[in-house]
Amino acid sequence: MSAPVYDLVDFDEVVEKFDPALGLEVHVELSTKTKMFCGCPTTFGAEPNTQVCPTCLGLPGSLPVVNKAAVEAAIRIGLALNCSIAPWCRFARKNYFYPDMPKNFQTSQYDEPIAFDGYLDVVLDDGETFRVGIERAHMEEDTGKSVHIGGADGRIHGAEYSLLDYNRAGVPLIEIVTKPILGTRERAPEIARAYVTALRDLIKALGVSDVRMDQGSLRCDVNLSLAPRGSGELGTRTETKNVNSLRSVERAVRHEMCRQAGVLLAGGEVVQETRHFLEDTASTRPGRRKETSEDYRYFPEPDLVPIAPSEEWIEELRATLPELPWARRARLQKEWQLSDEELRDLVNAGALDLIEATVAAGAPADDARAWWVAYLTQQANAREIPLDELPITPAQVARVIELVKSGELTNKLAREAVNGVLAGEGDVDEVVAKRGLAVVSDEGELVAAVEAALAAQPDVVEKIRGGKVQAAGAIVGAVMKATGGKADAKRVRELILERCS
Amino acid sequence: MSADPGATGPTLGRDEVAHLARLARLAVTEDELDLFARQLDSIIEWVAKVGEIAAADVPPTSHAVPLQNVFRPDELRPGLTQEQALAGAPASQDGRFRVPRILGEEQ
Ligand SMILES: [Zn+2]
Repeated sequence: MSAPVYDLVDFDEVVEKFDPALGLEVHVELSTKTKMFCGCPTTFGAEPNTQVCPTCLGLPGSLPVVNKAAVEAAIRIGLALNCSIAPWCRFARKNYFYPDMPKNFQTSQYDEPIAFDGYLDVVLDDGETFRVGIERAHMEEDTGKSVHIGGADGRIHGAEYSLLDYNRAGVPLIEIVTKPILGTRERAPEIARAYVTALRDLIKALGVSDVRMDQGSLRCDVNLSLAPRGSGELGTRTETKNVNSLRSVERAVRHEMCRQAGVLLAGGEVVQETRHFLEDTASTRPGRRKETSEDYRYFPEPDLVPIAPSEEWIEELRATLPELPWARRARLQKEWQLSDEELRDLVNAGALDLIEATVAAGAPADDARAWWVAYLTQQANAREIPLDELPITPAQVARVIELVKSGELTNKLAREAVNGVLAGEGDVDEVVAKRGLAVVSDEGELVAAVEAALAAQPDVVEKIRGGKVQAAGAIVGAVMKATGGKADAKRVRELILERCS
Repeated sequence: MSADPGATGPTLGRDEVAHLARLARLAVTEDELDLFARQLDSIIEWVAKVGEIAAADVPPTSHAVPLQNVFRPDELRPGLTQEQALAGAPASQDGRFRVPRILGEEQ
């Protein structure tokens, strides 16, 4: 009964002989306080079956009511994806037998998605833009979680029984489906990854989900088919599930291309089925054969009335859309005059928000950038934490920069001030006061230190008087030493030269 | 499965009944396939009469009540405790519902 085993084909050969067609289905779990149709909490990681009620357990007599915040999030996602918003739409029951939904159906949307026909422009690594068409974004509810007991590796196959936790059942989900993505050729894996990355960034900017792939709040199914190169046809597709990281999206596409090519070149047929991505080997294994959508016997949900968003409501929501992440990046690149490489470094370091906030707190962009990418990045690396978890705020960094600009701190003293803040010694000014970091701004004190240093080194004074201005460095050094590094070197130099002229 | 109201004779075959039975997870005997095909067929014919009355100017109706946009604010409401949730379960283990072996593949 075992299926024939086909060899994987080398990626270059796949691209030479076939055209891939990609389709990506992304499920986003919304971070609303409550579920889609009931007032149960949605927090991740609670004890099993402690965030449930008669509605999400599908008990007789319970009735669902739609969460308004979830509908608003769905519309905002649709608008951000350049979709049309349905003036009228309904929920539908998707019927199937599986214990992850205690109702025996999932409340979803069928032929009336709330958002449809949009696009997302994806910027690739080389700066090129690729437009991915969006077929639809619809609302539905998440399923419960099952644990299979008694089989190998917790898999359903061979298990004796299963255990169900319905905390997640009913959590609002938005499913975003692309149109077929064609013409990607050898860039199919890269484009798939870039699309999911862009979508993740977009939804994060909208603030409607924490989009954590590792916690399953963003999940991606990869549809892929191959057709003979240049034929313009569409081949039989597979749907790969369990793709739980951005890297896995890329690897799943690559693997399915190489696997399907192996089947086709050996004269076999690709089976339309669901496959599971295996993280450790970056390969896929077959799952169930796909049911057709008729088999789900969708019908309009009788317990929920239609949704008809008014023009005013849609425009109100459109006005809440944030600046899109890539538009913001382009703007900051221009404002801060960054090269592509510099911008990429900032993005990768997670420094963009921090620098922007520091600038917003009054610091010049150059200084804000220098602090975050140099000294503060070093500190974060030394502590092995992300930059945004360093215990210093953009406002505090801006204050340090301000003190340097005004001459109250030297760069060296500024780093000490930052160290104090990082050590939890308080706000910038508190640290400066407690550690005695302020430069000597008392002109009289400074003059006294300069005169003492000049008196101690008459030979140097002669040299300066003789025109060797660079000799003043020795006196500056002596003054800095005498003041514990708290003198403004520039002012000290001026005082020296005044006295030696 | 479209039923043409003007057509006569069975529109539903044994294969389709077998398919429906599989979707409903019902074991149906050979004899029953014929029986149900006839019975379902007459039901479909009967329901199709609606199409004779409802002309193009009558939109399909899914809800009897003329309501739309019924929403709930995103506010927590107390639910059930784990004990209450599992009270009606035929079996439970480790705070979870225990269900018999699932035949078929993972969803
Ligand atoms: Zn509930």
